[in-house]
Amino acid sequence: MPSSAPFSKTLFYISDQAFFLRSFFRNLFRRGFEWDELFHQLYVIGYKSIGIVTLTGFILGIVLTLQSMPTMKEFGAESFIPGMVSVSIIREIGPVIIALICAGKIASSIGAELGSMNVTEQIDAMEVSGANPIQFLVVTRILACTIMIPLLTIFADGMALLGGFVASSMNNGTSMQLFFTKALTILDFSDVLPSIIKTVFFGFTIGFVGCFKGFAANGGTASVGTAANSAVVTASIWIIIIDGIVVQVSNSLLYS
Amino acid sequence: METAIVIEITGLKKKFGDKEVLTGMSLLLNKGENVVVIGKSGSGKSVAIKCIAGLLTQDEGSIKVFGEEVKDMNEEQLKAMRHRIGFLFQGAALYDSMTVRENLSFPLKRILKIKDKAEIESRSIEVLQAVGLEDAIDKMPADLSGGMRKRMGLARTLILKPEIILYDEPTTGLDTITSKEISRLVLDMQERYQTSSVIITHDMPCAKITADKVMVLNEGKCQAEGTYEELENSSDPFIQSFFK
Ligand SMILES: Nc1ncnc2c1ncn2[C@@H]1O[C@H](COP(=O)(O)OP(=O)(O)O)[C@@H](O)[C@H]1O
Ligand SMILES: [Mg+2]
Repeated sequence: MPSSAPFSKTLFYISDQAFFLRSFFRNLFRRGFEWDELFHQLYVIGYKSIGIVTLTGFILGIVLTLQSMPTMKEFGAESFIPGMVSVSIIREIGPVIIALICAGKIASSIGAELGSMNVTEQIDAMEVSGANPIQFLVVTRILACTIMIPLLTIFADGMALLGGFVASSMNNGTSMQLFFTKALTILDFSDVLPSIIKTVFFGFTIGFVGCFKGFAANGGTASVGTAANSAVVTASIWIIIIDGIVVQVSNSLLYS
Repeated sequence: METAIVIEITGLKKKFGDKEVLTGMSLLLNKGENVVVIGKSGSGKSVAIKCIAGLLTQDEGSIKVFGEEVKDMNEEQLKAMRHRIGFLFQGAALYDSMTVRENLSFPLKRILKIKDKAEIESRSIEVLQAVGLEDAIDKMPADLSGGMRKRMGLARTLILKPEIILYDEPTTGLDTITSKEISRLVLDMQERYQTSSVIITHDMPCAKITADKVMVLNEGKCQAEGTYEELENSSDPFIQSFFK
């Protein structure tokens, strides 16, 4: 008997999320789209994260370059540094690190915001007034994340290359033109496209998990903290899982 | 002739997990009447009015609002029904990321589809005057006192001109004087806008001021019903406990 409880709980949890996902899509194309709130959310999400994303990207580029320098030097392969940094940032490190940071920053704040609206009955109030809280709160936030996370990642990738350039030029005086030519010519379609598609999924996940956890909070003020916290944890796990799936799928599509 | 009954609840049952919260509650609200439901905290009062508004669905029993069964309504019918009822939440549930003005224009833009700025403004001012808060229009909810928040919540409810208002503990958490003011305001709204109300409370002075009829909720069903005076003179010790 007791062993069946967690299982049915899990099923319930999954069906809840499926229901939430369905109501997102049903409200996505409904009349009365909340444009103003979407733009507001795009601004808030972009603005909140731009500082940390800039800093992270830049430092990541520096660190990656400095880390690889001794090894590359040993093999006399210093001229491969820009290309190596560029490929690893754009294919893997940029998207995943930025998504994880945004999970910490954005999924938690959406979870906390909607969680506190939920426990103070603001979402119920919207609903009984006849307005549509899914359309106003959820659709706009999920879309804003889906649009903004890829843009933030592209921006962070740029910052990381800049960081890489700064580190190489300080160490061996690589010129800007040489660094960026090498960094960019090595990239091709099969590096960039899967990586952008991946960030779209990351963005959706961050928005979806944040909103779902916020809506699931209903046990008083403590549940607001739990919502924020579990939004970060859940979104981060999903990001890693999606990353693995995208690698598998894109490898089998592009290289087989 | 149209029926004078606006809300009719019979045999309402609701449980959460193994916990039976409502065990067969009934309630009748006539047009223009204020019914006060009293009960200990945790007795399921909020659950009952949330079922009326369709925020929760009962396990058994029937809730008819304007003669129609709430649980059988489709999305459109539910929306239409909600347009005719107002709900004042226990904590007022003001949208705290929006100013008072935006709180008021939110339902106007979305439910009544009013786009004209001047009309939104004049309707907002009208309800703010009705609750005595016209100076607060540009404030944020966080800057309002407890009593002002309740007034503001009432203003946001009134702006859609509801025929029924459901009040969830309108005076809880307020000092005695503010409680009286809010109770008078509730009565005033009934007279001014001809609304019918269900008022949930455990504040007896509030019940005394607002009630046409009082219902005592105990262990999930109605223990007694009558005017305030009738219940005050009841010999039942449980009912007496509220009046002490
Ligand atoms: N959404 C819910 N999920 C689980 N239990 C709930 C829920 N809403 C209310 N309850 C439980 O129902 C009981 C009655 O709650 P409520 O109606 O809020 O009481 P009150 O009479 O003080 O308003 C409480 O014990 C509460 O824990
Ligand atoms: Mg309550």
